[in-house]
Amino acid sequence: MTKLEGPDPLGPLAAEVPDLAVAAIAETEAPDAPEPKVETLRDYLRVVYLRIRSGDTGVLPVVAGLLLISVLFQSLNANFLSAGNLVNLLIQGAVYMLLAMGEVFPLLLGEIDLSIGFVSGIGGIVTAELLKQSYGWPWWAAILAALIACAGIGLLQGTIITRLGLPSFVVTLAGLLGWQGVMLLMLGQGGTQPINDNVVNDLASGTLTPAASWIVMILIVAAAGARTWLAESRRRATGLVAPPASLTLLKIAAMGAAGVAFVLICNTDRGRLLPIKGVPWVVLIVLGVLAAWTFLLRRTKFGRYVYAIGGNAEAARRAGINLSRIRTLGFMLASFTAGIAGIIYASRLRSVSTALDGGTLVLYAVAAAVIGGTSLFGGRGKAMHAVLGGIVIAAIDNGMGLQGYSAAAKYVVTALVLLTAVTIDAVARRNATR
Amino acid sequence: MSTEVAPIEAEPRSSAEASGAATGEPLLRLRGLSKSFGAVHALVDINLDVPAGQVTALAGDNGAGKSVLIKCISGIHSPDSGEIQWEGKPVHIRSPREAAALGIETVHQDLALCDNLDIVQNMFLGRERVRHLTLAEEEMETAAGQTLSSLAVTTVRSVRQLVASLSGGQRQSVAIAKAVLWNSRLVIMDEPTAALGVAQTAMVLTLVRRLADRGLAVLLVSHNMNDVFEVADRVAVLRLGHLVAVERAADIDAQVVVDLMTTGTSTRATQPKPAEPRTADDQA
Repeated sequence: MTKLEGPDPLGPLAAEVPDLAVAAIAETEAPDAPEPKVETLRDYLRVVYLRIRSGDTGVLPVVAGLLLISVLFQSLNANFLSAGNLVNLLIQGAVYMLLAMGEVFPLLLGEIDLSIGFVSGIGGIVTAELLKQSYGWPWWAAILAALIACAGIGLLQGTIITRLGLPSFVVTLAGLLGWQGVMLLMLGQGGTQPINDNVVNDLASGTLTPAASWIVMILIVAAAGARTWLAESRRRATGLVAPPASLTLLKIAAMGAAGVAFVLICNTDRGRLLPIKGVPWVVLIVLGVLAAWTFLLRRTKFGRYVYAIGGNAEAARRAGINLSRIRTLGFMLASFTAGIAGIIYASRLRSVSTALDGGTLVLYAVAAAVIGGTSLFGGRGKAMHAVLGGIVIAAIDNGMGLQGYSAAAKYVVTALVLLTAVTIDAVARRNATR
Repeated sequence: MSTEVAPIEAEPRSSAEASGAATGEPLLRLRGLSKSFGAVHALVDINLDVPAGQVTALAGDNGAGKSVLIKCISGIHSPDSGEIQWEGKPVHIRSPREAAALGIETVHQDLALCDNLDIVQNMFLGRERVRHLTLAEEEMETAAGQTLSSLAVTTVRSVRQLVASLSGGQRQSVAIAKAVLWNSRLVIMDEPTAALGVAQTAMVLTLVRRLADRGLAVLLVSHNMNDVFEVADRVAVLRLGHLVAVERAADIDAQVVVDLMTTGTSTRATQPKPAEPRTADDQA
């Protein structure tokens, strides 16, 4: 079982924290375990252990993989786990994480969306265009327009797929080609559209002040902690199977520790010429999208139906679920999330150019989601998987870059990691007790 | 079939005090139901009563029209002619949704469950309870747990178990409990024990009996005679689209049903209770 395990607010925070041990604890102790009645912390851990043994590994493989990668690269280059590099890694991986979070929706539905790489390009170019002197839109209006345009693209593709009953692979492959054309057309002769708006450029490169970082972290941990406490004590009150109070407190403590560790790392001066400190904005954006999509997938009817369709579309149809509407919405959300990724991409480069390779981006997004533990066959996966997978891909890229390896070597290693992830998943599933 | 099929009184073992039985009106009554697919007469002039609180078995060989008949009742097919009465009132069931609105649930042979969802999620699929725009998980979990324990389905470890990890009998139980959870009045089951082992078959049949004892009408499609005589109060036999007999299960035995299924008549001596009217013998 890799999803719908109830509230897991530690996940989002832990994901962004390079302190991987904390992340590992957070995920193995996924709350709301649907297992025999447990009274004490020890019983609870035993149940978790049994669940992992039975093939329900959750995010354990990817977290273990991240640990392995960290140890490996750290032993090769002492700079890998330095504060500066860790924060850099998160900024570099943000685009993959966001794109992969978009791709999770079609994957959960048992479909695929190949177009989101270039749809993100459209998101970037629309923002850049509207910010030009000749249009002079305010930053928020430009971003809003870009996101609406991307959502519209998803709506169009989703409608074609569901209404005409065409395979999503082909429709979005057409999208991959078509939106690349549109992007090149919009870029025009020069091939580059610079962005001069400070707010948009700060999305990827800007940081909170160290003091603000602390305040934001405390607010997030307090909100997540309160939510966890309320939800789990409500379960205990209604007499349902619930983790013991000691575990709830431990989880909240772990969230706090992860938050403190993360802010300490981010507040370390990582600048070369000028001091750079504080939590990057982009981390908050990724966290926000992660929280929103996790909520949507776990707590709403829409999310439940996405899983149901991916698991057994016929059963979902008989249950009276409107398959076309849910599928179309899924593709719309994928493109919308791609729009966010595109704006971050443009913001990091402070421009949009023909160098944006949407084909590679989308394949990395699929790889990130799968490495994180999302199934290509539908019905299994989480937004969290996309984030963890994105970190893995960014870590490989970054670590091998530090060692001076070529792009060729990076591709091969990423391929091997992808294959390993899928193999671990398949083997674990085969051993699962039925 | 020209004669009226008299509703048969509830047998002692069923506590059929549901609305239909109490008023003498069967919950579901089919009158002259016919359905053709091109030149094929799948159903011809079917008259059948399905009373509440009883298990009505629908027996018949392959191609006898069992599936077509239940599809007509559950809204997947619409009959060409004839009438469906629900609690004495004529109704038109045009879709599974309309059938569900009346209180007709079908437990399909190929189990419409999602493997990747847990028991609670499957039982509430399509009708989730929502509070403040979010799923009311605790409420649904409690209700699902109560329904399962009221049906004495105790073999599942936890209602938060994934359906993928359940045995065939447990899955069948979940599918049946789903029908009870939604307060169905009539549960149609298509070969519920087809793929099950001995112990699991017994478990599911006990559950079927329990549904009828709670006052639900059960229409059980099966060509396993052991199952039929294990749980059914009444046996309706279909042959080549014709309803050839509707009998009290106590009045006939498996051999008679097999005769009826294959030839449409039976000359075998059975032990009819003298006071009971033989309802459909004149058909043959």
